[in-house]
Amino acid sequence: MNTKTKNLRVPLYLGLIALSLFMLVPFYWMVISSLKLNKDVFSIPMKWWPDTMHWENYKIIWKKLPLVTFFFNTAKLTVITTIIQLCTSCFAAYGFTKTRFKGRDLIFLMYVTTIAVPWQVYMVPQFILVSWLGLNDTHLGLILMQAFSAFGVFLIRQFYISIPDELCEAARIDGLNEYGIFAKIVFPLGKPAMATLTIFTFTNVWNDFMGPLIYLKTKELKTIQLGIRMFISQFGADYAWIMAASVCSLIPVIIVFLSCQKFFVEGVAASGIKG
Amino acid sequence: MKEVKTTLTPHQKKAIRSNLVGYSFILPNLIGYAIFVFIPVIFSFILSVMKWDGSKAPMEFVGLKNFAQIFGDRIFVQSFLHTIQYALLTVFPTLVLSLLLAVLLNHKLKGIAIFRTALYFPYIASIVAVGAVWNMLFQPDFGPINEFLKFIGISKPPRWVVDVKWAMVAISVVSVWKYMGYYMIVYLAALQGISGSLYEAAGIDGANGFQKLRYITIPMLTPTTFFVLIMLTIQCFKVFDLVYVMTGGGPGNATKTLVNYIYEKAFTSWEFGPASAGAIVLFAVVLVITLIQFAGEKKWSKDLM
Repeated sequence: MNTKTKNLRVPLYLGLIALSLFMLVPFYWMVISSLKLNKDVFSIPMKWWPDTMHWENYKIIWKKLPLVTFFFNTAKLTVITTIIQLCTSCFAAYGFTKTRFKGRDLIFLMYVTTIAVPWQVYMVPQFILVSWLGLNDTHLGLILMQAFSAFGVFLIRQFYISIPDELCEAARIDGLNEYGIFAKIVFPLGKPAMATLTIFTFTNVWNDFMGPLIYLKTKELKTIQLGIRMFISQFGADYAWIMAASVCSLIPVIIVFLSCQKFFVEGVAASGIKG
Repeated sequence: MKEVKTTLTPHQKKAIRSNLVGYSFILPNLIGYAIFVFIPVIFSFILSVMKWDGSKAPMEFVGLKNFAQIFGDRIFVQSFLHTIQYALLTVFPTLVLSLLLAVLLNHKLKGIAIFRTALYFPYIASIVAVGAVWNMLFQPDFGPINEFLKFIGISKPPRWVVDVKWAMVAISVVSVWKYMGYYMIVYLAALQGISGSLYEAAGIDGANGFQKLRYITIPMLTPTTFFVLIMLTIQCFKVFDLVYVMTGGGPGNATKTLVNYIYEKAFTSWEFGPASAGAIVLFAVVLVITLIQFAGEKKWSKDLM
């Protein structure tokens, strides 16, 4: 490190601390509001630290709406969608990179052309189709409609391309068939890409709002994001409770994010640099 | 299968086998993808020239009537213009701020990852929770933002989400705050690809920090900036959740966007035809932007050769 950077270090740190705090103010506000009484959330002058911590808000909210059910539903949707997405993407990525078959490039071209089409363009016919299959207002419908993504295939394929073909060739000579090569060599090597895809799918499904909004009508099937919306429409003035429910909905994503940050960053870089 | 076997040479047999193995790998994804993505994409084009309410009654071919209908619909035109307004308000600030954040974070300092985490965090938080808290921050009468504005001497601060003029600005502020961390990471990855020797050479020539940013960093990042610009614009045209949770398209229709329009046509008034026509308009916009992207990428890959 040269002297110039050293001189800059203190102002740089101060600037970054100020910026980060500024960016996190909404979250701070969310947490302190969740610990106030409903009537005190907007008290003037503003209190940046509540006089007494009303932790009981975090007990009350679970009785107001079936939040446990909402959490369970969201977790179920997230886990199943992620697993299906992960398995089928890895499988397809192996097919596209390590095997040869008629029409391979044509089928891949189909994926390439549709990846750029936003979901919002075909969400209406997709909904009609899912309804025809009798899966409207079911978890299965919601799972199926987002479990098969071109993005997943792309991400994993990108990684599998970097695995040398000689490795597979050697295994073939040793008598392993394609499924064996996939299971014993390529699949284990692809773990970093899978971690990235897992985290992306996990956060997307957990945070998804529009999908559940369109598909889920029965109260018992709803997800946590819809649950918070229900909280807002039913207890509109109970600000502290709304904030407490919001904090709870963020916790799973925060845990995953903090424990797998590296993959988040790599994922953005992978989807970003390709341009 | 057995009959085929007898007439084929071993070589052909091997080819068929290898085809089947290949298909078996892609089929699980392909079947799902074809049913739930590919068919709906084609179906959306068909629906856009049909009249249909989703009931048992058969679809009726109406040609371009749906398009004529939505372009004659004041609310659709407004929604489209609002989407452009949202893009104009959002794209440029996000781009500039994410670049600046990336430049700040691109130093080898202890604990820099903590700042990266903090700045990236809004991106992974759910829009519903984020919308709820920002709605409170923007609360016109007692909200912290207006309290602050009053404190610094603005006696009549904007009424934000309930004000026709300011509602879209409020949504854009949240959008910039939420997404700049993501594009910051994209920029950071690109910054790491710029060779340090360029800066050293400039340093020897006596360039200061600002000149290095102006004459090395920003020009070297042009392809990334272009990519970010494209991604951001497409993202803006797809906006729905943020508007839905913050204003519901209101006040009046002041913040209704293209996707809000599609959603309402389809899922509250069950007019699938006009909804799909709106979706095709969205598709056309994204297609044009994507074609611009391809042209740009070609240009830069040539320049780099």
